Amino acid sequence: MKLLWLQSGGCGGCTLSLLCHDSPDLFGQLADAGIEIVWHPSLSEASADEVLELLGAYERGEQALDLLCVEGSMLRGPHGSGGYHRMAGSGRPLTDIVRNLAQRAKYVVAVGSCAAYGGITAAGSNLTDACGLQYDERQRGGLLDAGFISRGGMPVINIAGCPTHPGWVVDTLMSLAMGQLGPQDLDGVGRPRLYADRLVHHGCTRNEFYEFKASAVQPSHQGCLMEHMGCKGTRAHADCNTRLWNGQGSCLRGGFPCIACTEPGFEEPGHPLSQTPKIAGIPIGLPADMPKAWFVALGALSKSATPRRVRENAVSFRVEVPPEDHKSGLK
Amino acid sequence: MSQRIVVGPFNRVEGDLEVTLDFADGRVSAAYVNSPMFRGFEQILIGKHPLDALYFVPRICGICSVAQSAAASTALAQAAGLTPCENGRISAALTLAIENIADHVSHFFLFFMPDFARTDYAGRAWYEDAHARFKAIDGSARRDALPARARLLESMGLLAGRWPHTGALQPGGSTRPIDVSERLRVYGVLRQFRTFLESSLFGDALEVVAALDSVDALQTWADAAPRGDFGRFIRIANDLDLWRLGRATDRYLSYGAYALPEGVLYPAGVWHGAAQALRLEAITEDHSHAWMSGDSKHPRDGVTVPQPDKPGAYSWCKAPRLDREVVEVGALARQVVAGHGLARDMIKREGGSVAARVVARLLEIARTLPEMERWAMRLQPDQPFCSEYVVPRDGDGVGLVEAARGALGHWVSVRRGLISRYQIIAPTTWNFSPRDADGVPGALEQALAGVAAGDRRAPVAIQHIVRSFDPCMVCTVH
Repeated sequence: MKLLWLQSGGCGGCTLSLLCHDSPDLFGQLADAGIEIVWHPSLSEASADEVLELLGAYERGEQALDLLCVEGSMLRGPHGSGGYHRMAGSGRPLTDIVRNLAQRAKYVVAVGSCAAYGGITAAGSNLTDACGLQYDERQRGGLLDAGFISRGGMPVINIAGCPTHPGWVVDTLMSLAMGQLGPQDLDGVGRPRLYADRLVHHGCTRNEFYEFKASAVQPSHQGCLMEHMGCKGTRAHADCNTRLWNGQGSCLRGGFPCIACTEPGFEEPGHPLSQTPKIAGIPIGLPADMPKAWFVALGALSKSATPRRVRENAVSFRVEVPPEDHKSGLK
Repeated sequence: MSQRIVVGPFNRVEGDLEVTLDFADGRVSAAYVNSPMFRGFEQILIGKHPLDALYFVPRICGICSVAQSAAASTALAQAAGLTPCENGRISAALTLAIENIADHVSHFFLFFMPDFARTDYAGRAWYEDAHARFKAIDGSARRDALPARARLLESMGLLAGRWPHTGALQPGGSTRPIDVSERLRVYGVLRQFRTFLESSLFGDALEVVAALDSVDALQTWADAAPRGDFGRFIRIANDLDLWRLGRATDRYLSYGAYALPEGVLYPAGVWHGAAQALRLEAITEDHSHAWMSGDSKHPRDGVTVPQPDKPGAYSWCKAPRLDREVVEVGALARQVVAGHGLARDMIKREGGSVAARVVARLLEIARTLPEMERWAMRLQPDQPFCSEYVVPRDGDGVGLVEAARGALGHWVSVRRGLISRYQIIAPTTWNFSPRDADGVPGALEQALAGVAAGDRRAPVAIQHIVRSFDPCMVCTVH
């Protein structure tokens, strides 16, 4: 399958993250799956005129394109001109080029939350009128129509995340190459369910603190980040704590909150990202699928039953109280 | 007879780049550098909670995201009058150094060297070897360098949660305390990376490379044995005379790198034939040839308002100047300002060049990794990693750091507890600036002037010169 990768209103971080893939040979693995990278802005030799000729051939349909991967938001401004990013050497808005190529490609993949929904670039007043390929935040219809279906019978595949985990991208591309990704394998906002059917909370190492509502109040504390520090891991769709980052990491393991970067509109939640919005002391955002009454009741109960070890360690940067010794051995 | 061509898209530069070249008498008579994408981070940040900057600024750039975090956390700390605790400072320095070293390796293997595998060089004595080793995507170096880079960045999983786009760096230090076992693992990752460097990149001990104190010493060393990929580059650079290609202003700026409790590893300063003090007050951003309204201002007072139809403008990039002069930033600038013998000797002989920039980057890897091994073992698991930060109602701060590709500055103002102004000057903003109000071209524009036209529409030398700066276009305009 011929893969063409373009970048626009983003940071290139999804590509740099992809290069961290845990494999002795990322490109070899893709090649083995039958994926040929015909051009990638960070990796390929071809430059300038060589690239413009190549893109032209795909736009005109002279060459068959299988996978179009787009990284970065679509910058529609100013005034609908696409002028905030004109492709170097051509003067043409990236929005035009992507629109044309999307009609030709068998599958269209939005790599990262920018290309999927608009993402970080759409924050604030959205000066550049940034949007995603098939979404404008939660709303269907971005650069492409709400009902867009690619030649291969799929809507835009949204590998959301800021950045994307390398495994999400590799698994999605390999699934497509092996003919094993259909419309039923995407969730309600176009994300591959192979990573979006999990919650960031799953596998979180702060689990015991969460159970007892023993919460961190300062950065570097070991306690749960949900109650005060803005963490959305109990609601954000992604497998960040079971498919770890850079060997053994994740945001929560790194001590900072999940900001739900796989969700449309995560960049403008209406509150400071490192603070949990609350009403009457109760976080507004409850864990996914949990009835409010249960959460409030369980929270009150578990707080009252918190062991000293958990309570003290939650507000310290180190283990102040180690687990007790079992003098008679574990039964 | 003069002729104008427009060259782009440049790839392997992290972002999009367009260069317009005027030729006269068989040489480039003038170059115009256009950064063709604008996103507007400086406007996005206005009105936000100060700590929100820690989530937004890393996302300016996928390759220097930690440098952006470090600049923001430093600026916010200064605005609050806070000095981070010792562990916090060591951890931040180590995290930034890991990113910078990883970026140097990415630049060398993925972005810069593949141009020597172009068929333009078929027939050169080194061509077959360079083609097999460095060919884009297919070359054998990918199987050594990419996994080594990924393994190195596993230290980020421990120190910063993940890379890119960590939220671990804070005004007070780090969100990520390191325990005794984790400290050993970080150290182990660094030692493992040393093995890759010494076996593949240098073919010698890092300390030997770091001690090369002149061009003669470098050449003697490179002649004595194969010396890995560095040796390959030296032979190519000698054959193509990359020592006399791509000279810019020879005026260098460094903000100083790796702020440890006892001081910086590489000092801040300016070098123009001799050391000069860095006066931050002398920095301005000129808007004359940028699609930006307003005129030249110090970044403390700067504004970012696009004016897409502005006459005479040709880039989204503003033109930073120091005392109204063009300066070059990057690893070469850092090592020249820091007084390394080899770096100083290179620019004394032929000025800043394609070869000097690449050599300085590799030299810096060899100098910095041994320090990083020591920093890792200095983290104290029983001491705090983050000092308490209280958001100031009003305050101003400056965060100056060195990204892999050079000097990065953030200027923040907080009023009534919210960000009221945020201005960023990134390394490639300096290097790839357009002309200023005096008509003086930026550093790359100067470096491209005089390049000989070849058989191609755009000479391949242009590719080497552009990439020798290790540009990051997404940071440039932000």
